[in-house]
Formats: sequence, structure tokens, C-alpha cells
Amino acid sequence: MMEVMEVSATHPAAPKGPATAAPVASLTNVTKRYSNGVVALDNLSLQLQPGQIVALLGPNGAGKSTAVKLMMGLSSATSGSVAIFGADPRHPAARLRTGVMLQVGRAPEMLKVREHITIFRGYYPNPTPYADLIKSAGLEGLEERMFGQLSGGQKQRVLFALALAGDPDLIFLDEPTVGLDIEARRGMWATIRSLAARGKTVLLTTHYLEEADALAHRIIVINQGKVVCEGTPAEVKSMGAAATGGSTNSALKIIRCVTTLTSEHLLAMPGVSSVETEASLTIITSTQPEATLREMLALDQNLSALEVASPALEDAFLALTANRS
Amino acid sequence: MSTQALSLPNPTSPSRSLGIFLTEVRYEFVRAMRTKAYSLSVIGFPVIFYLFFGLLMNRGTHTGDLTTATNMLAGYAVFATIGSSLFGIGVGLSGDLSAGWLELKRASPMPPLAYLFAKCVTAMAFAVIIANLLCIMGIAFGGVHMALLPYLKMLALVVVGSIPFACMGLLLALVAPFNAAPGFANMLYLPMSFLGGLWIPIEYMPKFLADIAFLWPTYHLKQLVLRAFGSQSAGSISSHWLGLAIFTAIMILCAGYFFNRREQNS
Repeated sequence: MMEVMEVSATHPAAPKGPATAAPVASLTNVTKRYSNGVVALDNLSLQLQPGQIVALLGPNGAGKSTAVKLMMGLSSATSGSVAIFGADPRHPAARLRTGVMLQVGRAPEMLKVREHITIFRGYYPNPTPYADLIKSAGLEGLEERMFGQLSGGQKQRVLFALALAGDPDLIFLDEPTVGLDIEARRGMWATIRSLAARGKTVLLTTHYLEEADALAHRIIVINQGKVVCEGTPAEVKSMGAAATGGSTNSALKIIRCVTTLTSEHLLAMPGVSSVETEASLTIITSTQPEATLREMLALDQNLSALEVASPALEDAFLALTANRS
Repeated sequence: MSTQALSLPNPTSPSRSLGIFLTEVRYEFVRAMRTKAYSLSVIGFPVIFYLFFGLLMNRGTHTGDLTTATNMLAGYAVFATIGSSLFGIGVGLSGDLSAGWLELKRASPMPPLAYLFAKCVTAMAFAVIIANLLCIMGIAFGGVHMALLPYLKMLALVVVGSIPFACMGLLLALVAPFNAAPGFANMLYLPMSFLGGLWIPIEYMPKFLADIAFLWPTYHLKQLVLRAFGSQSAGSISSHWLGLAIFTAIMILCAGYFFNRREQNS
């Protein structure tokens, strides 16, 4: 994840419904303690508003999948309450309006893609039309293949189609784009955006921070079962910037290049707050990037592979979660 | 909390539920047929064993008051029943559990019973198919005489007799990790088949093994099939039903215990 993720795509305006709108799903003061004593969620509260795409971000073991399982009624909270459409998530009627893609779901290998989709569409009174599902999950031409013959990315897309089979109003996607190539990932993003545009609510957990940045109206960062912060991607980034250097300076930039200058030398330059090296690449964080660069270019005639980027969500995220541990 | 968002459709009209059950059964059967590791071994073993031990090696001999070919037809029909149930439900369910597939199914609006129902019906269908193959072989090559009523009774016993072994499979799936499940299934399948007199009639076994045969559900089911074939020497029908019922109850209680434990850990 070292490429520069300057996602400039404009975010679709988050639907600003009346503040009194009932949330589609909510966790209220939920604590989940497993029988082995591990506390996966610690007095966590969150709400999903209709038509929003919310990204749940956190390192491994932060409690993201546990939160999804609680909202799907696959697991019960030790304390606190869970509601989907104002009802218990186990209520069959709530399940008819919900679709889910779980992280470890592997479908039976000896059924064809078409058969899997037919089975799941049959669970719902008003399923998504078959052809629409195939198209929006990018499964054209794979319909007669056995699930077991598909590549990892193709399997993910089938599971995505199953999540959408019932034309649900609320969709949980637990790490949906793992194993997808860039094109397939963009395709899935487009589908997710179009779902929100049709008023559907999407909760997505992801390790691809770029994905949260590009898709979500709202990001909830969790770590060790607690909400660390939440807000729009821009808000989370600025909170992360504050966490990195105690500075909300919007001029903060990440400079990557190949240089012969030493870390000690670089750290002495104006504005430089940190220096790291990764293979042959040097990564410099600076609050006065122009001044830093002027000096670097003057001192190192052979400086190459220069890139300058704003701190990505990734950096904000790392700063936010690192502070707590 | 407001329930205004709760404009939920009627979840379970009976006809739609029935549709879901039938669809699950249909595709479970298709899946089992295509899974060669299951279909070939579950069908192949009883057919080949019956061919060797029932038809080729015991021509014209009698066991008890039936021909050996008929006695062994009962034995291998029961052998097929336990195999299709134990591997279909035990190994199949444990695979779905470990793949996270069952979790996805449970999160869907599928009625939870539809899943188990489909697995059971598929195992029963396999048992019926194999029993028919054995009958054809016995009649064609073993001089077996089969009237309609005993034949129908045998099929009914094979179907009902799947239930105790399905419960055993359920318990196995809840207890054994997936990569160990086939091993565990074989450890149950083969000894119980031998000790219940399915491979070698109980009459030819050492006395101490014959004396404890009543412990095995395989024995009781085979004796019931022998009674259906007209044998008078196979013990009282009610005692065999009782044996199967007790075994089934134990399996259900244990499965229930492990299921609850698993739920609490989730």
C-alpha cells in the first residue's frame, strides 16, 4: 500500500436527512465478551442512517466483524441492544430486508454460479432481477461455472451477488473487495455507490483505506472494541493529521524519493517531522514541504523518483489507532 | 425505538416456505451427486461389497431362515443408509460450518430447518437409490425373491432408519473439526457396520460380539429389515424400534448440548 492514494473523486453528498430520522440499524452501548474472556466490543454505540455508506475501519481484531455479526443476529451481545429496522436482527422480517457478505463465506463448490443465485433469490418475495444481479456483480459469462472453479476474485463477486439477491435495504459487506483486481474493485464500488443512490444503507468494513475514502459518507474508526473517532473522510483525515504531529497544518505533505541524504541530515531540515526508509525509498513528512524540497534538491543532484502527496487516510488511520494501543 | 421503518413484508407465506424447502432439497441432491468423493464412495462400497460377499462368495447358502443373498441384501441396504447419512450430514455439515457457509445461510431469510431437511432428504434419497441397486443385483444374480410388500417395507425402513444416523452425523459435525470429520466418520461407520452384522451376518460372528450386538443401531435396523423380508428369527420388532429410539435420543441430546455450547461461544 505504498502507492500514492490521492483520491480526488468527489464524494457524493451525504444525505442529510432530518436529524430525527430513525436509524436503519443501531448498536447501543454494546459489549461483547466471548466465553474465552476476550472483549471484542467495549460499550460501543453506532448508528446507520438511511441511504448512507458507512465504513468501519480498524486493525485486525478491532471488533469489526463482531459488530457485523451482532447486527446480522449471528451472535448476541453480552450487554447493550442491537436493532435493525427497529426490530431484533433475528426477526425473519428484518432478514428479508438485509443482505450480507461475510468475510469467510465459501459457497459449496459443486454448485454453479447460476444455481447459487437462484437459491438465494428464492428466499425473498421481491428479489433483484437475475440479469441485474449478474450485471452489477460482474458475473457475465461465469454463470455456468462451478463455484469451485472460480478464482478468488470471482468467488468474492458471487458472494456479493448473493448479498444483493433480495434487493435488500440494508447491506453489510465485511471486507468485500479482498482479492479483487483493480477493475473488479472499481466495478464493485460503482455498484455500492448506486445502491446508496437508490436509498440503500451500506455498512462496509475494509482494510483498503482508499476504499473507505472513495466510498464512504461516514467513517467510523474502531480499535480494541471502541470507537476511536468518526466523521466524514475529510474529518477523519484532519483528526489523523492532528494525531500525527499535533499539527492541523493543512500544508503537511508526504515526500517520497530516492536520495543519498541521510536521515539525520533530513531531520535537520526545515519542517521535517519524520523520516523513514523503505527499501531504496525515503519517506519524509514535512509541514513546510516547499522549503524542505528546495533544500533537498539543492543538496542532492541525483535525487529521483520524487512524489509528493497529502497524508492519505491510511496515515491518519495508523496515527489514530496507534495512539490507543 | 420507532418502528416506522418497519414496513416489513410477511416473511413466511406457507407456499413460499415450501418452495424454499424444495429448492434446498433439489440443489443439495445435485451438489451431493456432483461431489464424487461422496457419491462414488457412498454408492460404490455397498454395491461392490454386496457383489463380493453377498453374491459371489455365498451362492446357494442359507443364513437363519433366509438365503444368505437375502440376508446380506438387508445388511448392505443398512450399510448404505448409515454411509449416506453419516457422510452426507456429518462430513457435509462440518464442511459448511468450517467454510462459514452455514453462517451466511443463517443470516439469510432461509428457514433454518430447510437446510437440515435438505441434507436429510438427500441422504435418504441416496439410501433408497442404493437399496434399489442392491435389490436389482440380488434378484438378477443372487436368486433373491422379492415381493412388493417386503420391498416397500425395506424402502420405508431405509428412509426412517436414516434418521438415527443423521442425528449421529449432526453430532459428529458439531464435535469434529472439518479436516478430521471424514476420519471420525469412518471410525464410526466401519466398526458399527461390522459389529452390527452388516458385512458378516451376526450368526457367523464370535459369540461375545453377537452378545453385544444389541448395543449398535446398525444391528437393530438390519434386524428390522430382516423381519420385513419375512425372517422369524430376527428378534422382536418392538425391541429393535426401542433400540433405535434410544440411540436417536442419545444423539439428539448430545447434539443439543454441543449446539448450545457452540452458540454461547459465538
